[in-house]
Amino acid sequence: MKLTVNGVIHDVDVEKDMPMLWVLRDILGITGPKYGCGIAQCGACTVHMDGIAVRACQLAAGDVAGEITTIEGLGTPAVRHAVQEAWIDLQVAQCGYCQSGQIMQAASFLELNPTPTDDQIDAAMSGNLCRCGTYPRIREAVKTAALKLKAV
Amino acid sequence: MGRVKTIARRSFLVGSVAVAGGVVFGTYLYKRAGENPLLDGLKPGETAITPYVKVDAQGVTLITPRADVGQGAWSMQAHMIAEELDINPRNAKLSPGPADAIYYNGVVGAEALPIAATSDTLLARGGRGAVDVVGKLMGLHITGGSSTVPDMYDRLRMAGAVARETLIKAAMKQTGLPRDQLGTEDGCIVLPDGLKIEYIDLASIAAEIEPVQDVILRDPSEWRYLTKPQKRTDVVAKSTGTQIYGIDMQMDGMVIATTRTNPAIGGGLNSFDAEAAQQMRGVYAVLPITGGIAVVADNTWRAFQAAQAVDCDWGPSPYIGNSADQFAAVAASFTDDHRDSRFKDEGDVEDALQDASVVEAEYRIPYLAHAPMEPMSVVVKLTDGRLDIWTGTQIPRFVKANMARLTGLDGDDIHVHVLMSGGSFGRRLEDDYIAQAVEIAMQLPDTPIKMIWQREEDFTHDFPRPLAIARGRGAVADAGIAAFDLSIAAPSVAESSLARLNQPAFGPDVAIVAGAWDQPFQIPNYRVTGYRTPAMVPISSWRSVGASGNGFMHESFMDEMCHAAGVDPLQERLRLCWHDASRKVLEAVGEMSEWGSDLGPNRGRGLAFTLAFGVPVAEVVEITNSPDGIRIDKVFVAADVGRVLDPVNFEAQLQGGVIFGLGHAMNCELTYRDGLAEQDNYHMYEGMRLHQAPQIMVRGLENGDKIRGIGEPAVPPAAPALANAIFAATGQRIRELPLSKSIGFV
Repeated sequence: MKLTVNGVIHDVDVEKDMPMLWVLRDILGITGPKYGCGIAQCGACTVHMDGIAVRACQLAAGDVAGEITTIEGLGTPAVRHAVQEAWIDLQVAQCGYCQSGQIMQAASFLELNPTPTDDQIDAAMSGNLCRCGTYPRIREAVKTAALKLKAV
Repeated sequence: MGRVKTIARRSFLVGSVAVAGGVVFGTYLYKRAGENPLLDGLKPGETAITPYVKVDAQGVTLITPRADVGQGAWSMQAHMIAEELDINPRNAKLSPGPADAIYYNGVVGAEALPIAATSDTLLARGGRGAVDVVGKLMGLHITGGSSTVPDMYDRLRMAGAVARETLIKAAMKQTGLPRDQLGTEDGCIVLPDGLKIEYIDLASIAAEIEPVQDVILRDPSEWRYLTKPQKRTDVVAKSTGTQIYGIDMQMDGMVIATTRTNPAIGGGLNSFDAEAAQQMRGVYAVLPITGGIAVVADNTWRAFQAAQAVDCDWGPSPYIGNSADQFAAVAASFTDDHRDSRFKDEGDVEDALQDASVVEAEYRIPYLAHAPMEPMSVVVKLTDGRLDIWTGTQIPRFVKANMARLTGLDGDDIHVHVLMSGGSFGRRLEDDYIAQAVEIAMQLPDTPIKMIWQREEDFTHDFPRPLAIARGRGAVADAGIAAFDLSIAAPSVAESSLARLNQPAFGPDVAIVAGAWDQPFQIPNYRVTGYRTPAMVPISSWRSVGASGNGFMHESFMDEMCHAAGVDPLQERLRLCWHDASRKVLEAVGEMSEWGSDLGPNRGRGLAFTLAFGVPVAEVVEITNSPDGIRIDKVFVAADVGRVLDPVNFEAQLQGGVIFGLGHAMNCELTYRDGLAEQDNYHMYEGMRLHQAPQIMVRGLENGDKIRGIGEPAVPPAAPALANAIFAATGQRIRELPLSKSIGFV
């Protein structure tokens, strides 16, 4: 089947029910999306399908109906997305393992809601688990990113 | 800093070894003659050189041997070296270095001694000195106990200073200029005319000369990085998905493996049928391993699917397998023959309780899983008598020794490549998952194998934080608390985890009473007794270890006693506290939280204090009893680490520690049925999610006599501060964790 990931079309031969997480990580070698739980409870695998945040561990390859963007496609160390800039400015990451998913969740959320309230931020980000406890900085980084995006 | 200078001059030997095209600098703390007799037998060969700075034509590499499990240890170690070396750590390469005895930890073992961190007697100093020696003799290359900064603070700055002065000496040789005309700046020697020579261009000359031995550490007033807000060296990689963890390693010809072992802990495998699994797409092999099976495939998901398709006939767990029975075993161990320690015994508790109206309370804490976000994973390759291991681990030398035993290889042929860890909280002090991968490699040599656990395997095969029960008895007098007697029963972490590292566990287990016996309070009659419950399921260290639960039990009972005495919990702790740095964190948190001011209806605040890993931490939790449940509004934290080396990470570790402590106190327990852990994924073990996270205000104090680490100390006071706040707001005293069994949260 043909899949578009980060702007590149890939022809992959995989089972239709293989989750996109493993197509990305093991077939395409794109390791930014992380495996955390496999049951959509942690959000570490979050990617975008046509700009909307989805859990790649629950998205079967056969159900992909749009362009997939991973954190590698959002921005790079040299050319960063505003949300990544905010995450760096605020030094959110501790172990960092969940942060690809946090950033992808935040980027999609701010696309849909550029001027969120605190409660909306809490609701949008609560599906993404962080075991290190970076939540205070995630909140601040989402707000900072919203300002950066507005300034663009 | 005069003392550091003196120590540096007296007890650091310095050397360098030439490496291919470059030079390695090091410092080596060789002995403190006369302080401890154990030092007398040191052999000349043990004064090897410790390498921390490598310079070659490609660049400057800073060696950061303490593992980074998210606490920022790599970045902090790099900054400590860079401060003296004069290089921007973000322009240097960082390497954790090899597993080697030279990277021994001289501090962490002190946690196993019954010496209060606040004690400065000759005996206490002698004990800590012995820990340094034992750590060195055993080559304890280990990360834990919030020890990275206290252990490495002098060592790494010395390494940086030696490297800098030796590079200057090399520049003197090249230019003919005297020392006082040469300066250093951002990886360069600066000449009087402003011209610069890069360090890397001096590598070959530096390799030829004797390193400078007599260096003086800079005064903190000259520091450029330390104590200033730092930028973590990994922050860009971790914000762009480019940080490589063990689970992300890719190699040519690599296969993927996953394992399933008996979910009933220790039950073993009677037989298995892999016929269906072997027919599945992408499956190369189904192999037996100790206690279970391994599937090797071309893809993680295919391996996971096939592992589930293997029909396994498991044996029964040999351990007490049900939570109620486990707690009953703990409850039954408050007897003289299980008595493990009584490190605190002041006044006459029995006498004081005899005629008094006695306050009694019993507290319970559950088993807790580590469940770091990155499931256990490792890459191994066994080829021609050489074993390579890539993983996030806190115990690289124990891994080497244990895998040498498993494979029969010589330790020198085993190479442990430490990677960034996606969390740990103590889980990576174990190497069970590595042994499984090596068992697979022994059956599949010459092939790189990446082994990844399913999250369910991770939860059901953790070595959890042990359960415990504490019984408090106390009495009050006119002035306040007059007697405080706390008995704690729990299985021993030391007994369980040291056996897996092939190390003996002598004497009482300090962890059973840590965070309770060693608190800086002077109560006229004050006793803390530890009881050791016979071993049940294997257990291990969990962020802040014994103090993680004892903080809850000690500080909940302290709060109950304050209420029984009719005294203010903050004022009473201040009255009882004899330790200056601890008093100041209590005063600070009182000021920050406006302790004593009226919060209005349905609101309350709770205070707790724990001194753990030498760090006094006071926390005030402010809550609202809302129609939707308890909402945690704010937490105020004051902590004293002697010197805050990076205010940005200091705040992050305190906030993270508070959230870790609160989240588990609210929502988490690991329960067992028939030997199986019942919580097998995050939906049953959430910790805290963002919508529950309070605002957390942090203040760092610097009155402590020594520099300390901050990865763990914020955890213990969080749970009791919350429970005490719930009592203040609702009148409900909850004595069992998780709190969600007794009360609802927003």
